[in-house]
Amino acid sequence: MSSASRFRDSRVARRVRAAAGLLITPLVPDDVLGTLNPMWSRSAPRARVVRVVRETPDTTTLVLRPGTPFARHLPGQYLGIGLRIDGVWHWRTYSVTSRPGDPLLSVAVTAVPGGVLSGRLAHGTPVGSVVGLGPAAGEFTLPEPTPEKLLFVTAGSGITPVMGMLRSLDPAALSGAVLVHCDRTPGDVVFGPELRALAARTGLRLVERHTAGEGRLTPDSLADEVPDWAVRETWACGPAGLLDTLAEHWERAGDPELLHVERFAPRRVGSADGTGGRITFATSGLVADAEPDTPVLLAGEAAGALLPNGCRMGICHTCVGKLQAGAVRDLQSGELIDSADQPGRPVRTCVSAPTGDITLDL
Amino acid sequence: MRADRPRSGRTTLTELERHRMFRRDPRATAGTATENVSAAAHLTDEQVEALGAELDAIREEVVASRGERDARYIHAVIRAQRGLEFGGRGLLLFSKFPPAWIAGTAALSVAKILENMELGHNILHGQWDWMRDPKIHSTTWDWDHVDPAEFWKRSHNYEHHTFTNIRGKDRDLGYTVMRITPEEEWRPQHLLQPLTNVGLSLIFEYGIALYDIETDKIKSGEKTWAEARPQIAATLRKIGKQAAKDYVLFPLLSGPSALSTLVANFTANTVRNVWSHAVIFCGHFPDGTETFEEERLEGETQGQWYIRQMLGSANLTGSKAMHLMTGNLSHQIEHHLFPDLPSNRYAEIAPKVREICERYGLPYNAGPLPTQYAKVWRKIIRLAFPGGHERYGAPKPTPRSRIGRAVRRAAPARLAA
Repeated sequence: MSSASRFRDSRVARRVRAAAGLLITPLVPDDVLGTLNPMWSRSAPRARVVRVVRETPDTTTLVLRPGTPFARHLPGQYLGIGLRIDGVWHWRTYSVTSRPGDPLLSVAVTAVPGGVLSGRLAHGTPVGSVVGLGPAAGEFTLPEPTPEKLLFVTAGSGITPVMGMLRSLDPAALSGAVLVHCDRTPGDVVFGPELRALAARTGLRLVERHTAGEGRLTPDSLADEVPDWAVRETWACGPAGLLDTLAEHWERAGDPELLHVERFAPRRVGSADGTGGRITFATSGLVADAEPDTPVLLAGEAAGALLPNGCRMGICHTCVGKLQAGAVRDLQSGELIDSADQPGRPVRTCVSAPTGDITLDL
Repeated sequence: MRADRPRSGRTTLTELERHRMFRRDPRATAGTATENVSAAAHLTDEQVEALGAELDAIREEVVASRGERDARYIHAVIRAQRGLEFGGRGLLLFSKFPPAWIAGTAALSVAKILENMELGHNILHGQWDWMRDPKIHSTTWDWDHVDPAEFWKRSHNYEHHTFTNIRGKDRDLGYTVMRITPEEEWRPQHLLQPLTNVGLSLIFEYGIALYDIETDKIKSGEKTWAEARPQIAATLRKIGKQAAKDYVLFPLLSGPSALSTLVANFTANTVRNVWSHAVIFCGHFPDGTETFEEERLEGETQGQWYIRQMLGSANLTGSKAMHLMTGNLSHQIEHHLFPDLPSNRYAEIAPKVREICERYGLPYNAGPLPTQYAKVWRKIIRLAFPGGHERYGAPKPTPRSRIGRAVRRAAPARLAA
């Protein structure tokens, strides 16, 4: 911890802040610092883009300098990146690819067709831009101590959280580890040159599968490439189809406890639908109308509500609110959650759609 | 969409219902020779709904075009306001020197007015919620005002903006201490209301805080002590913090200038009170603003809701600076039609609203501040006495009662002149 940050958290500093707070009430010192320079705000942390690395035509690494000290992340975690577009703040989560403790943070952003934020971050955020920073979160991390036999299975932009892990692991741990990565062609591989160099340097075995010629990865082809897959602790990230196949295979032929997956898109069951309805947020008093199948979070945000959110795909539970009235459909499981049966049941707003009018304690 | 902007279903009214809605209840004005008719009485149901659709379209257009320009505007006002406030307070550290006192007090007064009106009032309305900026949001903002934001939002956003100018429902009609419509029964205490109004003007922020505690409802038993106690405690805490800042801490920081800083802060608070009181009273009480029967609310359509908002509000004319200093409440009509649209857009849509009013033969009540404020005062003084005046919608005296009325009207007429 630097002496500056030690001072910031000292008792003297707290007293100074409390005294300043009395002088500027009802504002808080952070409001004033943020007005003078958005980079100085601690409650609404910001970062400046200091370098932009075009990894592939779709994927860009943004190297960020946080304005205020940023809590350490764990390799494999994601963090929230916010951007003001046409006056409106939009937030999404992206995998951290820098090492914990590095002075600069890196995130890898892949432009998603039709995405409001990803396209803008990947292609329209030049050096000097200021973005919002959310806290790092996520369970897709390596345990301490690092398991001896590691396997990573990734496809497409699924390499990004694993890249954060690979960069953070010491060479000894990487020696003997296997990375099976799938992408259409060698040129499409995000971090391709760096991965190949890393493999050459550390003894990491890199298996590239180029699906344009070799077809998709199957459990059989995985077993051919990595015969001891079943005894390796495995981290997998990629499209839902691949992850479903792997989960099924580990369930059937391996030890499901050894497989860790990270999903980038919410898993939806085909039959699930919400009919839409009016959402009342009891705490803020705001009201939002949701179209059929629109998650509560999106409908609320469109109506200007400030709602907690993290992964936005049903994983992190940052967004939960208690259902006080009405019913919602869980878009992932298809489950109908009715407050009449389960009053106060916490629901994940990012993957729950109202069926009729509902009230949430948010 | 916010909860404070109800949209009731559009229903078709029978002739009888329409009659009840748009004409004053004859029972309320017994002895009437000429019935006072709402300025919208000539409109058919279809016209009312067509007008509603036109106003909806204006709203949609603004909502669809909110963007970076608006975000920059509110950020700029916030920066300017904070600059003025800290600059003013900085100067006042040396307030013993008259130029510093004058400049500091002026800057702080303007800062407090901007903070309450263009920032506080409008942000707490949710006008900027669409930006999803946690620092500029109706659920997180607090203002430099002794009334805690949560209580003000309830009384203002919900009660006043929903029940605008409904007698007996909109407590903002006279703020429960003054007689602002001739329909309200006269009581002897109203004789004092010109004085009450001067007092209210000087301490307006405290008046609002007290008003939101709703002592009248506590007395009548409508509001329990259990409900009122935490609200009173929260208000006292806020008053304590505000007073400590303006009347203890900044004077102490000023050292030898302590006393003059205290006087300066008191002056700035008072200037803000008098100004905001004037602007707000000019929004609903000048001649020509209508008040309504409670039964009008039954089955009120969106078009009728819009008409009630327009007829119950009045605008102030003036320069850009004037509009900014009123928090754009100089566009009270536009604000009441669309309470949650960003305030910087009211000036832009005002010509369209005015044009619609002209086309539908509705009054668009607007005038300069001195004229409108004088009319408000004339009304408050006149209605301090029993009866009313045709100007304020009271019945014209019948030949039978003319003599009695002439006697009763003699005194207020002199006062009003």
